[in-house]
Amino acid sequence: MNAGRASGDRLERFAVTPARKRRDSTARAVMLGATIIALIPLVLIVYYLLRKGLGSWSSSFFTTDPTGNTFFKSSSIGGIKSAILGTIEIVALASAMAIPVGLGVAVWLVEYGKDSRLAQAVRFFVDVLTGVPSILFGLFIYIVLIVGTGSSYAGYKGSLALALLMLPVVTRATEVILQLVPGALREAALALGAPRWRVILRVVLPTALPGMITGVLLAVARAAGETAPLLFTAAATLKTNFNLGQFMNSLPVQIYSDVTSPTTAVVNRAWGAALALVAMILLLNVIARLISRRSRLA
Amino acid sequence: MRSPRPSSGVADLESDSRSDTDEQRRERIAPGAGASSPTATATAAAAATSAAVEPQAGLGVRLEQLRAFYGDLEAVSGIDLDFRANEVTAIIGPSGCGKSTLIRCINRMHEEIPGARAQGRVMLDDLDVYSPSVDVVAVRRAIGMVFQKPNPFPTMSIFNNVAAGLRLSSGRRGDLRPKVEAALRSAGLWDEVSERLDEPGAGLSGGQQQRLCIARSLAVDPEVILMDEPCSALDPIATLKIEELIDRLKARVTIVIVTHNMQQAARVADRTAFMLDGRLIEVGPTHEIFTRPADPRTEEYVTGKFG
Amino acid sequence: MEAASISGGERRVLLRSPLARLPDQALRYGLTALAVLILALIVYFFIRLVGEAGPAFAKFGVFGFAFGNNWNVSAEHFGALPLLVGTLITSALALLIGVPVAVATAVYATELCPRRLRGPLTVLVELLAAVPSVVYGLWGIFFLAPKLQPAEQWLADRLSFIPFIGGGVVTIPNYFITGLVLAIMILPIVSAISREVMATVPSDQKEAALGLGATRWEMIRMAVLPYCRSGIVGGSMLGLGRAIGETIAVTILIGDAPQLGSHLFGQGYSLAASIANEFGEAQGLHRSALFAAGLVLFVLTLLVNGIARALVLRAARAGSAQADAGAGGGGGGGQRIAETVAGA
Repeated sequence: MNAGRASGDRLERFAVTPARKRRDSTARAVMLGATIIALIPLVLIVYYLLRKGLGSWSSSFFTTDPTGNTFFKSSSIGGIKSAILGTIEIVALASAMAIPVGLGVAVWLVEYGKDSRLAQAVRFFVDVLTGVPSILFGLFIYIVLIVGTGSSYAGYKGSLALALLMLPVVTRATEVILQLVPGALREAALALGAPRWRVILRVVLPTALPGMITGVLLAVARAAGETAPLLFTAAATLKTNFNLGQFMNSLPVQIYSDVTSPTTAVVNRAWGAALALVAMILLLNVIARLISRRSRLA
Repeated sequence: MRSPRPSSGVADLESDSRSDTDEQRRERIAPGAGASSPTATATAAAAATSAAVEPQAGLGVRLEQLRAFYGDLEAVSGIDLDFRANEVTAIIGPSGCGKSTLIRCINRMHEEIPGARAQGRVMLDDLDVYSPSVDVVAVRRAIGMVFQKPNPFPTMSIFNNVAAGLRLSSGRRGDLRPKVEAALRSAGLWDEVSERLDEPGAGLSGGQQQRLCIARSLAVDPEVILMDEPCSALDPIATLKIEELIDRLKARVTIVIVTHNMQQAARVADRTAFMLDGRLIEVGPTHEIFTRPADPRTEEYVTGKFG
Repeated sequence: MEAASISGGERRVLLRSPLARLPDQALRYGLTALAVLILALIVYFFIRLVGEAGPAFAKFGVFGFAFGNNWNVSAEHFGALPLLVGTLITSALALLIGVPVAVATAVYATELCPRRLRGPLTVLVELLAAVPSVVYGLWGIFFLAPKLQPAEQWLADRLSFIPFIGGGVVTIPNYFITGLVLAIMILPIVSAISREVMATVPSDQKEAALGLGATRWEMIRMAVLPYCRSGIVGGSMLGLGRAIGETIAVTILIGDAPQLGSHLFGQGYSLAASIANEFGEAQGLHRSALFAAGLVLFVLTLLVNGIARALVLRAARAGSAQADAGAGGGGGGGQRIAETVAGA
């Protein structure tokens, strides 16, 4: 018996059984299959959005208001001008409110609150807010600003509801980034005799800026796609208007009301509006990711 | 030395009958066991001596022109080295000399690092573990490994840690216990843990954890055990226990140990290899390497001039 | 003060004027006030919500409202059981379908796929989170539901022997299609958290398994999945919270039928959908009942999210503790998970 034969016999017991190999390759195939399954909806959604949405896009689609005519095939149903402008106005005002407050809370948590009892409570409630269903923010604003004041729907009320929705997202995202700013950097600035507020404004915030912009943009993108908080706060209207004290249209609400229409042309307008909305949100996402790539932290 | 039979080797063996393999394995755990009830006798035989390490002839490992890379960086450049069966070979050298990379090439753990690859041959007896027909999983079963930091599975009990490797291959659950016990005895841990086999392995002390990891690799009865600085995270007393264990285990397996501690190499190794900058400078009986090194660089290193 | 022995001139140098300290104080107290304001806001909301829901609870009792099986607007009778059941069924379906796919995707991305594909794959899965819920509703009702209806009918016929699952006539809007779309919607968050937790598995654990001669799948089962269990469960609970609170897509897809659906492929209702659908025209007791439905929804999501966060945080802490114990190598596992939770 030569050496080769001998060691062959000895090593035989280490061989991997066919059953184990099969299990391994089956499991790999299942994981790959599940990943492909996960991506199928994305492909289908993008495909149908493009096919249906681009079909309904035209120059007048963006330059006319919806007419409110949802029944008669003969007359024009109009476009989505008021919805696009409304979304931009409402989200801009919401951002103007939520970003400074959210940022302020995050700065307080990291620079002043730290691990105090109050800071822990604030963190807990911010987390609670993150999980609150978006429609409840609409109800909240309704209770406070519509039941409470006896007035009616208005664009700024929609903005407030969206601001409440954005607030926890902005706070948590920027808090995480601010915590990444090295403590040594703060101490170096403090050791130079700079007062705390200058250290925050001149050292901490600029260092964290790219990361914070990313978090903020993702929050804005999320708010722009929300329908539920706007239903009972900004409501819907047909006309373009620039007065946030009035009823105001928005893309998600326009899509939502068009979906329920029995008229094909109106449903097609919903596809066109959906494509416009998704394009806006994707643009914000892409910008956010590009900026985050430039961040020096993390 | 290459086998004349093209089908010999781990890769092609799973098609062969497995019945005699099981018999063989049982025998190796407890030689002298009666054919009638091998498991019962295994327990009895293991119980007789606290450190039951039954001698057997192991298999040697030979490196032929082994080169290892991380991307474009060459960490091991063209090493020929023999690890003799049933001996302890220590690999010493300053940090970054490639000794850990070298030992990770032997059971092909090196290739788990992204961008890492190896060239050349690693012969386990007459089988090239890098041959394309060889299954890397079988290689790692035949060549066990003990890592720098004790790494018992934190979610498993002491018993399950030792049984983890056994469970992979054996369908039968019933006879795990004697094998686990035998492995724990071989690792000199049985007396310390026999009362708490169901407690988590992470609850043991560092030295006990490392012996648990040794028991874990012994349980699958490998031919070779690689140890990558197994005592670097341990205190001197725990280190001593591991060293005693290594001394006993070499009756059963071939051991390759990487160490940065020259005293340790002197204490446990039959032969010692000295590496520098990815090259093998010198290999020989430990006594000679430490007293009469042939190469001046070896002498400088072992006398503490650098490293 | 301590500086009493120092001459007047030097003293002025060392002491900052009250004016110079003003910005610091203002910032400190201003920000504290802001933080306290948020706490007050949530508490105020809760109290007002309870107040508005009061009449409905007074009329039907808290228990009678939550578990009464009669939601009849014209008869002014409000028992939210059909809504609650719809919410729970669709969310459970979403978990049942979404979690295995999400976890498998995470396993594939972290352990199996070629490294170069990992980044693009992650971005693609996360793109699912960027699609607004109204667009999911639109796509679901006009594309997915009609396309799947024959398959659903086939399934319902085959499963007709199981009560509630099969038997009936498949409508286009139904519980099942709602659950399926919800599964797609929660997939990105469950997958993202699973992925982050899996990234915290120390490489020495994986090497221990491989070194024992485990195949890749055996390594995943031995070292990766057990280590990540609480993180994955936590991520799934966060997904469940999402599914429970999801409004617009559900309203479009569930069919807005305010009674208990007779089978899985029939129309139903959910808590959030009832609010979105009826609140605009609701008056008096009806409106109060909708606020009460909102309160039930609020409490439900608080419960689910509370459990989820506790689990995810525990997993994150375990991860960063391991990373710290390792040779000082990059901690941040917990940090990254916190970020994922926040961003999602």
